[in-house]
Amino acid sequence: MKPINSITGIAAPLLRNNVDTDAIIPSREIKKISKLGLADGLFAEWRYSSVQNRIPDQNFILNKDPFQKSVILLTGENFGCGSSREHAVWALQEWGIKAIIGKSFGSIFYNNCIRNGLLAITLEEKIISGLIKNVEENPSDNHIFIDLIKCSIQCCDKEIFFDIHEKDRSLLIEGLDEIEKVLIYKNNIDSFEADHKKIRPWL
Amino acid sequence: MGRTLFEKIWDKHVVESFDDGNDLIYIDRIFLHERTGSIALQNLHDRNIAVRNPKQVFATIDHIVDTIPGRDDETLMPSGKEFIKSLRSSAIRENINFFDLNTPEQGIGHVVSPEQGIALPGLTYICPDSHTCSLGALGTLAWGVGSSECEIALATNTLIKKKPKSIKVNVNGNVNDQVSAKDIVLYLISNYGANGADGSAVEFGGNVIDQMGIEARLTLCNMSVEFGAMTGIIQPDEKVFEYLRGKKYAPTLDQIQEAEKYWRKLKSDKDAEYSEIIDIDCDQVGTFVTWGTSPEHAIDLNEKIPSLNEIDDETKKDSAKKALEYMGLNEGETLMGKKIDAAFIGSCTNSRLSDLRIAASILKDKKVSNGVKAICVPGSSKVKKDAENEGLDEIFISAGFEWRESGCSMCFYAGGESFGLSERVISSTNRNFENRQGKSTRTHLASPATVAASAIKGTIAFPKDLKEDL
Repeated sequence: MKPINSITGIAAPLLRNNVDTDAIIPSREIKKISKLGLADGLFAEWRYSSVQNRIPDQNFILNKDPFQKSVILLTGENFGCGSSREHAVWALQEWGIKAIIGKSFGSIFYNNCIRNGLLAITLEEKIISGLIKNVEENPSDNHIFIDLIKCSIQCCDKEIFFDIHEKDRSLLIEGLDEIEKVLIYKNNIDSFEADHKKIRPWL
Repeated sequence: MGRTLFEKIWDKHVVESFDDGNDLIYIDRIFLHERTGSIALQNLHDRNIAVRNPKQVFATIDHIVDTIPGRDDETLMPSGKEFIKSLRSSAIRENINFFDLNTPEQGIGHVVSPEQGIALPGLTYICPDSHTCSLGALGTLAWGVGSSECEIALATNTLIKKKPKSIKVNVNGNVNDQVSAKDIVLYLISNYGANGADGSAVEFGGNVIDQMGIEARLTLCNMSVEFGAMTGIIQPDEKVFEYLRGKKYAPTLDQIQEAEKYWRKLKSDKDAEYSEIIDIDCDQVGTFVTWGTSPEHAIDLNEKIPSLNEIDDETKKDSAKKALEYMGLNEGETLMGKKIDAAFIGSCTNSRLSDLRIAASILKDKKVSNGVKAICVPGSSKVKKDAENEGLDEIFISAGFEWRESGCSMCFYAGGESFGLSERVISSTNRNFENRQGKSTRTHLASPATVAASAIKGTIAFPKDLKEDL
C-alpha cells in the first residue's frame, strides 16, 4: 500500500444515497480471482448504455468531460452499502478514484477503503453540496485538494476540516501492511489464545 | 456502569488495547466461501503466509455454484468453476474444514454454520460476506469483513478494531401468525433507514424475540446489515442451547455443561447503556413488501407507495424518484394486486426449514398462477434433505415450483442464471438493488409466506387473503 499525504484533482458529483457495492461493481463483472481487471466493470450498469457492447452512456457523470479524469467522488449517504465485496474498492482505485467524500459509508466498505489506501471522508451533506456547487461551476479548474496531514479539504479558496479516526489516518499515511503490524503482538496473541482455550475448551 | 451483551463478548476477546481507542480482538471462527474466500486464501499463499489455526476455519461452496439438479463444478457463470476449484485446492492445502459440493454439510454459509454448531454463543466470528451478522441470532459476535481483513484474521486470528456503539431494538406486543421476522425487520428499516444503525451493534430484545424460534431470529439478524449495522445480536437463551446440543461442531458431551454455564451468563446488564433505544410495537407491523431499490423502500401492503412530495430531503426524494422509474411504479399507488413474473424462495435470509414449511402450508393443494416462474432453493443440503423427509418437496413441485439444490442462487446475478429483463419478482431475499437479480429485474422483498401467496395469485398478495379466498 502506497503512503498517502495528499490527493488533488477533479471531483465528480454522484449525489445519490445508498449507492451499493452491486452498483459499484456488479457481481457478473467479477470474472477472475484477482484484484485486477475490475475497472472496466466499474458502475457497469450506469456507465454503459449497453453493458454487453460496452457503449458508454454519455449521461453518466464519469463519462462526461472532464469527469473521465476524476480522482475524487462526492456522494451522499451510505455509499458502499450492501455486499462486502472488496472488488468495489479495487475497481474504483483501478479506474482512478483516490478519495470519496460522502455523508456516510457502509461500514464494511469503509474498512475495505482504508485497508487499500482509498481515502473515505465523512462530511455533512450541506458541506458536500457546497463542494459540488464549486466543482460544477468550473470542473476543470476547481480542483479539490485533500491534505491528510492537516485533515483539510481546499477548494476555491475555502478550507474545510474533517475528522478521521487516527488509526485510519496513520494506516493511510504510513501505508503499512496490517498483517505485519499485528504480528508485532504475536507473543501477546499466543498467550491470550492459550488462556482463552484453556478456560473455554470447546473453542 | 453496566455493559451490553455485545460489550461483554468484545471485552472477553481483547488481546491488547491501544491508546487510539482501538483493540486487538481475538477471532474464534473464520468462515469462507468460493466468491471472496478464494482470493483471501490465494493472496496469503502468494505471500507465503500460512493459516494460523486451520481447525478454526471453515469453508463452503454457495455463491457461484449452480443450483440446478445434477450440478457439478461447471457453472452457468463463465469462469465460475475457477472460483470453486481455487477454494477447494486452497482448503485442502491449508487443511481447513471444507464442505465441498455433494457433501451433506454443503449449503449457504450462514445456514450451514448454525445447523452444524459452528457459530456458538459468546464467540467472535468473521466471514468475508456482509450477511455474517445473521449468526448474532445465537449470541455470536459475528460480522462481515472484506477479503483483506479476512486475510489478517486468517494469518493472526486477530483484527484491530474500534468497539462500535450499541443500539437496542425492543420488539414487544402480540405475536401475530401473519407477521414474520422478515416483516418486522423490513418495518424497522423502512422506519429508521438503510443506514439507521450507522455502523453500530444492534441488540434485539423484547417479548416477541423471546418467543421467536432460532430460524426466525436468524432472519432478523441477517438483515441487520441492511439497517446499516456492524452486526445484530440476541441474548442466547434455553432455545439456543437446546438447538445446539449434539451438533457436529458444538461442544462435546464432556464440555457441554461448562459451555452452557458460561453461555447463561451472556446477558446485557440492566443498567447497560445504549446510544439509542428503538421500541417496536409488533401490533403495528403488518405484511411488508419493498416497492423501491433500497430495503428502506418498504411499506405495509395495506398502505400506498409514498408520494414524492411527502419526502422532505431532496437527495432522498431523488433516490425515490429514480427507484420508482426503475421499478415501473408510480407514487401513491398500491403494491397489492401488482402482476408478478416470478417468485423466489431462497437465500441466507429465508431458506431454512421453517421458511419452507410456512411456504408449503400456503402452497399445499394449490397451483402457481399461469406464467409465473417459481423457484425454491433450500438454504443447505441438510435443509433440502429434511424438507424432502417431510414431503415438502412434493408440495412445492406439485404447486409448480422448481425444487433446487442448495446455494445462494438467484439472490444475485453473477453472470449465470438470472431473472429476465424488467421482470417483476417477489423474493424472500435481502436486497432489492438495481440489477441485483438480473438485468433491469424489479425485485420486491417479502417473507416466504408473502412470496408463496403471491406466486399462487400471480400478483402481490397478502398471505392471509389467500388462505381465506381460495
